[in-house]
Amino acid sequence: MAAAVGRVLRLGGRWSAAAPGGPRAQMLRLIYTTTAVQRKNAGASGPEKYTEAFIKKQIEEFNLGKRHLANMMGEDPETFTQEDIDRAIAYLFPSGLFDKQARPMMKHPTEIFPEQRKIQWGEDGRPFHFLFYTGKQSYYSLMHETYEKLLSVQKYQDQLTAQDLPPQKEKRENICDILNRNLAGSRWLTKIELEEMLLEKLSDDDYSRFIQLLQKLMTLPCGNIEEKYIQKFSKVVPAQLQKIVIEPLKYDERGVAFSTGEGKRKTARATAVVYDNGTGKITVNGIDVLHYFPVLQDREQLLFPFQFLDRVGKHDMVCTVSGGGRSAQAGAIRLASAKALRSFVTEKEVEFMRQAGLLTVDPRVKERKKPGQEGARRKFTWKKR
Amino acid sequence: MAVRRLLRAGERVVPSPPVPGPARPCDPRVSLPAAAPRLYSSVPAPAAAARPRAEDDKLLSEPLSHPDFFNVKELFSLKDLFDARVHLGHKKGCRHRFMEPYIFGCRLDQDIIDLDQTMQHLQLALNFTAHIAYRKGIILFISRKRQFCHLVESTARECGEYAHTRYWQGGLLTNAHIQFGSGVRLPDLLVFLSSLNNAFQPHVAIRDAAKMNIPTVGVVDTNCNPCLITYPIPGNDDSPTAMELYCKLFRMTIIRAKDKRRQSEVFDELRSKAEGN
Repeated sequence: MAAAVGRVLRLGGRWSAAAPGGPRAQMLRLIYTTTAVQRKNAGASGPEKYTEAFIKKQIEEFNLGKRHLANMMGEDPETFTQEDIDRAIAYLFPSGLFDKQARPMMKHPTEIFPEQRKIQWGEDGRPFHFLFYTGKQSYYSLMHETYEKLLSVQKYQDQLTAQDLPPQKEKRENICDILNRNLAGSRWLTKIELEEMLLEKLSDDDYSRFIQLLQKLMTLPCGNIEEKYIQKFSKVVPAQLQKIVIEPLKYDERGVAFSTGEGKRKTARATAVVYDNGTGKITVNGIDVLHYFPVLQDREQLLFPFQFLDRVGKHDMVCTVSGGGRSAQAGAIRLASAKALRSFVTEKEVEFMRQAGLLTVDPRVKERKKPGQEGARRKFTWKKR
Repeated sequence: MAVRRLLRAGERVVPSPPVPGPARPCDPRVSLPAAAPRLYSSVPAPAAAARPRAEDDKLLSEPLSHPDFFNVKELFSLKDLFDARVHLGHKKGCRHRFMEPYIFGCRLDQDIIDLDQTMQHLQLALNFTAHIAYRKGIILFISRKRQFCHLVESTARECGEYAHTRYWQGGLLTNAHIQFGSGVRLPDLLVFLSSLNNAFQPHVAIRDAAKMNIPTVGVVDTNCNPCLITYPIPGNDDSPTAMELYCKLFRMTIIRAKDKRRQSEVFDELRSKAEGN
C-alpha cells in the first residue's frame, strides 16, 4: 500500500488581517494524500504537446541547418529552396527504403509538428473562449454562429413578408442551387476536413448535425444572403466526367470524310479508319476481312457497330491490329470502329452506343495462376486418402 | 419562511461569498488575499500581488458591509415578473414535493408560484452573482433547454462570462484537470437558467458543483428539485418572456458589478498616486 503522506496546507500570509465579515474560520487544515495521487498518469495527458518556445527553437535550428546545407552543397544560402533541400538530402543520405515517409527528410517544423491548440486560458486563469467549459469550444461556437445566421435569415424573411415583397429577389446560379440540385458541382467538407479546420475531434453525430444545419440554412428562400458563409464549408468538385471530346470529321485528298479510332481487348491493340460514302468494304492489316477472319462470329463482331447505327453498307473501313488472339483482335477492332463512328453520328446516338456497351473497354484479362492450384480457379484433384 | 430558512442564526442577510479560485480544501468563507488565484495542481500560487494589501482588503471588504451594495432591487419589480409570466408553473401532477413551500396556490390544476418569495430569492441571487462578478469570479450559465440555448450563450458572451448549453460531459467539473489540462480554473458560480436536463431529471452539474464546493444559483420550476442549489429562484423556466427577463437581469447585474469594480480600481489608483505625490 502506498504510504499516506500528510500535507498541511497553510494559507498564504496574512492570517491576522481582519477577514471581511463572517466568523473567522480555521486557517489550518490537515490533508492526507497518498503517493498514488501524486504519481502522474502517463497516458491520460493525451498526445505530446509542443510549446510555442519549442516550435520557435525548431524553426531557428531549421533555418541554421538550411544555411549549413547550402554551404555544404556549394550553393547560395539565400536562394536555397525546399526542392534544393530535398535533393541535397537525397544525395547526402541515399536510402533504399521503399516508403518515402521513412526516408530522411528535412522540412520546415510547421509541416512536421501537427498544429495544436495552445493553452486556452490567460494568466488569471480565465479561459479566452466563452464556450471553453463545454469541451468542444470550436465546434459549438461554429454551431452557435451558424444558428445565428439562420435566425438572421429568418428575420430578413419576416421583414420581406411584412413589406409584402416576394421572398426571393434574385435567382442566381450559385453554389446553393448547385448543391440543392445535387449536381456534381460542389460538396460539403468531409468530417476529417472539418476536424482539421476546427483542430478538434468530432463525432459522426456532431458532424451530421452541423451538415443538417447548413442544409437547413441553404433551403430557406432567402438563404442566398449567407452564401459567403456557406461557401466556407463547401468545396467545388471538378466535374469528374470529363466531357469526352468527339473529334470533328477530317477530309482526305479525294474529299471523302473519315475519322480514326483506337481500341483494345485483352492484349490486342487496333486502330481503325472509317471512310464515308463507302460500300461496306473492310480491310484488316491489308487483308480482306473474309480472309483475315474466317469465323463468322468475328465478322459479326466487326459489323455490330454499323448494324446498331443502321449504316451497314455506307462506310468503308481500313484497320490495323496486333497482339492477342482471334477474338481479342475482333473485339479491339469493334471498339476502334465504334469510337471512329462517334464523329459521324449525333450526340443522342453516341449516348445510345454508350449504353449498348459499344464504347466501353472490356476490362477482362487473363487471370493469373495461383500457387497450390492448377490454374486460376481449377484446383488439383481432391483425393480422399 | 423559505427565506429565513436559508439563513443560519446570527448571520446577516448577505453571507460572505466564497473566494474566486478552485482550491477549496478549506472553509469557502475564508477570504484569501486577492492575489492570483490558486492553481488546481499542487504548484504554489504565483506570488504576484499587484497592489498593497491594505487597499486590497478595502476594495473587497467594502461591498460586503452593505446588504445591497449593487442595488439589484431596482432592476426588477413584481409587475415585471408578472408580465413576464414568471409565476406560471406546471400542472398539479408535475409538482415536486420540495417546491410546495414556494407555491402560492393552484388554479385549474396549474400551480402558481409565490412572486413575493421569488422577489426575495431573486434579490439574494442577483446580489450574490454581483459580488462574485465584482471579485472577478468565473460564472458559468447552464441551461439544457434547446429553445433558449442561443439566448443563453449570447447573454454569456455579452457579459464576458461563460456558458454551457450542450451535452454535459461527465467529468467536466470532477475530472477537469485531465479533460482540460492541469492548471485549469473551475467556475466560481454556476447559474442554472433551467435546472432540468432533456430527460426531466436534475442536471448533473448541480450534484457535481456540490461535490466541488461551487455555489449555484438556479431558476427552479414547480417540477424541479431545489435541494442542492445554494440560491434557488422559484420561477417559470419554460416561457420565452421569462427566460429573456432572467437573461436580462443577470446580464445587467454582472455588467454593473464589473463596472463598479473597474471604477473602484481606478479610484484606488488615483488615490494612491495622489498619496504618493
